[in-house]
Formats: sequence, C-alpha cells, structure tokens
Amino acid sequence: MNLKYIFKRLLYMVTTLLGVSIITFVILRVIPGNPIVMMLPPQATQQDILELKAQYGLDKPIPTQYGIWLKDVVRGDFGRSIHMKQDVMELIMERLPATMELVLAATAIALILGTFIGTVSIMKKDTVLDKLGSLLAVLGLSIPDFLWGLFFVLFLGVFWHILPISGRIASNYTLKTITGFFLVDSLLRFDFRGFYYACLHLILPAFSLALPLTAIVIRVIKSSLLEVIKEDYILLARVKGLSERVVIFMHALRNALIPTTTIVGVQFGFLMGGTVLVEIIYSWPGLGKLAVTAIITRDLPLIQGVVLVLAFIFVIVNLVVDLLYTFMNPKIRYG
Amino acid sequence: MTDRKKDSYLQIRRFLANGKVLFGGFVLLLLVFTSITAPYIAPHDPNEQDITATKKPPFWMQGGASEHLLGTDSLGRDVLSRLLYGSRVAMFVAVAGTFFAGLIGVTLALIAGFYRGALDNLISRFVDIWISFPPILLSIVLMAVLGTGLTKVALAIILVDWTRFCRVIRGEVFNVREKDFILAAKAIGLGSLRTILKEVFPNIVPLLTVLVTLEMGIAIIVEAILSFVGLSVEASVPAWGQMIALGRLYVHQAWWIMVFPMMCIITSVLGLNLLGDGLREVLDPRLKVIGMK
Repeated sequence: MNLKYIFKRLLYMVTTLLGVSIITFVILRVIPGNPIVMMLPPQATQQDILELKAQYGLDKPIPTQYGIWLKDVVRGDFGRSIHMKQDVMELIMERLPATMELVLAATAIALILGTFIGTVSIMKKDTVLDKLGSLLAVLGLSIPDFLWGLFFVLFLGVFWHILPISGRIASNYTLKTITGFFLVDSLLRFDFRGFYYACLHLILPAFSLALPLTAIVIRVIKSSLLEVIKEDYILLARVKGLSERVVIFMHALRNALIPTTTIVGVQFGFLMGGTVLVEIIYSWPGLGKLAVTAIITRDLPLIQGVVLVLAFIFVIVNLVVDLLYTFMNPKIRYG
Repeated sequence: MTDRKKDSYLQIRRFLANGKVLFGGFVLLLLVFTSITAPYIAPHDPNEQDITATKKPPFWMQGGASEHLLGTDSLGRDVLSRLLYGSRVAMFVAVAGTFFAGLIGVTLALIAGFYRGALDNLISRFVDIWISFPPILLSIVLMAVLGTGLTKVALAIILVDWTRFCRVIRGEVFNVREKDFILAAKAIGLGSLRTILKEVFPNIVPLLTVLVTLEMGIAIIVEAILSFVGLSVEASVPAWGQMIALGRLYVHQAWWIMVFPMMCIITSVLGLNLLGDGLREVLDPRLKVIGMK
C-alpha cells in the first residue's frame, strides 16, 4: 500500500463530497415550499419576507450562496437551523451517537448471526439447519428493515409486551451522557440499571436493521467458504487429521471473512443513511429522524448539513474498507 | 419437431422446472392481474367510507362479516378493496420506475463500458458521487421537491436507482468487450453502435433480466417507504405504504389494517426476488451462487 494511492483516494473523496454538496444545494434551491414564508406569521408583509430572506442569505444568486456556504463549512460552520434555531453541527452531533450506536449494534448482530448461520449450514449441509439458514437468507433480503420493525412492534411490543418499542431508554430514567453512546456512558458511570434499560431499548430496532444485513452475510459467508475449502491448505489441514470443526473455524473461516468484512463495511455506510424509518417507528432520536423533520419543514441549512455528514461517513467508511481489504489480503496491491 | 422448436420447448421446460421461477412468476402474474382488474373484482369502492362500520375485523374473527372479508380501516373503508387498488400503484412504480431507471443506467453503462477512457471516467465519477447520497434521504428530498403524485414517485425511483443498473452492467460490458466475437465484429467492419446493439447488448440480457426483477421489488419497497413518511401518492389514491402508515396508528385496536398491506408487500417482493434468483440459475448457470439451492 503506498501513499500515492491513499492520496489519490483522499482527493477522490473531496471531489465526491463537493459533488454531493453542489447537487443537494441545487435540488434544495428549487424546492417550491418557501421556508421563510413558513417561519413568519400569516399577516407578515412582503417587506418582512425580504428582510428575513436577506438575513439567511437566500436573496443572493445560487452560486454566491454556495460560495458563502462552502467557505463557512471549511471553517467548520454549518450555519443555523431555520426551523429549530440552533447550530446545525450541534444538532447533528447530538443525534449522531444515537444513530451510530444503533447501526453499530445492527452490524455486530448481523456479522455474528450471519457468520454463525452461514458456517453451520455449510458444515451441516442439507439438514434442517441448512434449510432454515437458506430461508432466513431469502426472507431477510425480501423483507425491508422497516417491515421487520413493524412486525416486532406488533408481536413483541403490542401482543406480548416483552420489549420496549419506543426511545433509547425508559422515559422516567435519566442517564447522564458523556459520549452520547448510551451503552458506553452507562458503563463508564457504573450505572448498570441504565445499561440494562439501554440494551433492552436497543434490541428491537437493532434487530430490525440487522436482519436484511444478516441475509447478505449468510450468502457471502456461504459462497466464500465454499471457495476457500477447495484450496490446498484446507486439504492439508484435513490430511493433518484436524477435526472438521477446527478446519472450518480456524482455517477456512479466517479467509472467508475477508470478502464478508468488505461487504459489511460498505453496508455500514448505507445503513447510516438508511435508518430513517426504523428511527421513526421506534421514536429513536437519531439523524434519520432529524433529516425527515428537516426535509418536511424545508430547513435548508439542516438538510444540507445532514446530507453532507452522511455522505462524508459513507465515503470515509468506503475508504477504510478498501484500505483494510488490502491490509488483510496481501495478494492485492494498488498502484 | 424441428430442432429450433425443440430447443425453445426445452428452454421453457427448464424455466418451469425451477420452483423459484414458478412461484415468482405466479406472484408477478397475480400482481398484473389484480392491478388490471381491480375495478371489476374489488367488492367495494376503495374510498367509500362507512363511519358506522369502522375497524371491523376480518370475516373469521368475532364481529367480522363476509361483507368486508379482510375487515375495514379506521374510516370504515374496505381493506380488501384498498389492497386490490393498491396493487395498481405498486405495479405502476415497479414497471415505470424499473423501465426508465434501467434505460438510463444501461445506456450509460454501455457507453462507459464500450468506449472506456475519458467517457467511462466521467460516467463512473458521476455514479460514485450519486451513490454517496443516502438513497432513502435522496428519494425523500426529491419527493419534497417534486410534490406528491404517482408519476413523481416513479420519477424519484428512477433518479435514485439508475446507478444500480449502471454499476453492475458496466462491469459486465467490460467483460463482454474482451471477448473474441467483439474483435470479429470489428474485423468485419461493424460500426460501434451496431456492435453495441447486436453483439454486446444481447450478452448482458441475462444479467439485466435478474436486475429488473430485483429492481421491481425495490421500487415497491421505496413507494411504501415514501408513503410511510407521507410523501408519495395523493391521499385519495389507495397505496400499500399509506395503509401501513395509517394502520400503525391503530395497531393496538385493529392489527389487520397494518398487517394485510405488509403481507402484500412482502409477498410481492419475495416473489420478485425469487423470480430473479431462479432466472439467474436458469439463464446462466455460471452465475449461480454456489450453495444457494
């Protein structure tokens, strides 16, 4: 891996983000609903509208507006939310940990569950377990996360009241935050009750997001395991008389996990921007919910900020995944 | 029987021998059928409200009646009729969305993959930028710009999903272009356009068929997502996503308002995915995901 390649990728990243911000900027400027009019009382005069427009810089031509916005962003200033009258970056940073925690939990569940099911169904081919694994792989891909979410709400929240279906923690319980990640914060403060509550609240939304991803992991693990076990070193391990379990788990799985990591990494990027509906269903105070509120209230600076942050996470994750891939698989070297 | 006839006969046999194709094809046909015949087979007007009969359960439950087989919603509208009409919205976005997304994506992919160089760079960079948008947010933003309506939903789906076709097909065009018959086409003096249409395109059709079925499923889901956040078709048009969003509010009292449209979406998407999977197995045994029977 050389520096030139990393530099090239970083340059790519910057142009991608510029592209994303320009496209968002232009799309948002042609939105017919005028955020300024929505902010003012109905009896406001034309003069009031113009004044407020000037205050937010919306009276200037689009390229000028973009120039001003970009200059501020480079300095770390994403502007103020029109609707919530708060700093955009502040609003985003408040909600980012919630979404991040949810997505990390979902990814972990998918990786563990998918690897386990995929491996077992290769080892116990044509058994009931294998069939169940295949069924889950098909269902997981056909049922999107928000429908899983609604099913869970119906069966575990309404019919059987087993798990909480709203928010990140019991509404009558206050957790003092440090990082914004509830699981981490509660442990840091030795607040085990809080940790327990936070876990309970996390289970259903995380599983809703995780199941489609689990299906993908099962597929990738199965096909790459089948490739790997044809290799000579697996034959060697078998000839050495190692048990099937050791061969699969210690030798084959290690290599089969390389393509899996790549795919899960890419999916992580998608998932960060795909939690919208699950967050709405479970009243999860994250970025997705913030984004929808911003779009519906036509809060231009806020939409712009959220989209850019999500795109930033997406390209960063992809870059890291690529670099990790070369790191894990020495056969690949980029020039 | 001539050889040719026998060939196509065998081909059809092979399609029908695949359970996934059979099931998926059946679901697709059913969807086509209900979306065309909805006005004739629906027992009620989908928007007809009956405030004396709200939240009536399905016929097999206590309090249900055969007048409303799958019950009524919170405004007393017949759930079954709304589901049947809802399949029209689903089919429209699936067909229109997929067709045009495919058209744009495949055209750009053929250009990028065939000509390569600067054109390919330009198209690929644009695709890279486009997919860095979170797709769900992009579609919601687009709907906020475009306003509600059936054609606008399809347009949002096209604008978000053309990249799916472009990325996958471009890679395939790269492979096909290396083949000897492309060289042969060049040698006999076939022009670029003719080569693309007559030699390259037929070779990507198997992959395209699979992508199309998958995209139809995705389009149905996207419509449901947009309906769910209230940015899809007008309120007067019955759509599955809207029914789910409404049903969610009454999930404690009347689960059927939400569950039946969910089942419709899941069955449709499952059917289309299985059809895609099965077609992949039949059309191109090499592409078969090993171990997935």
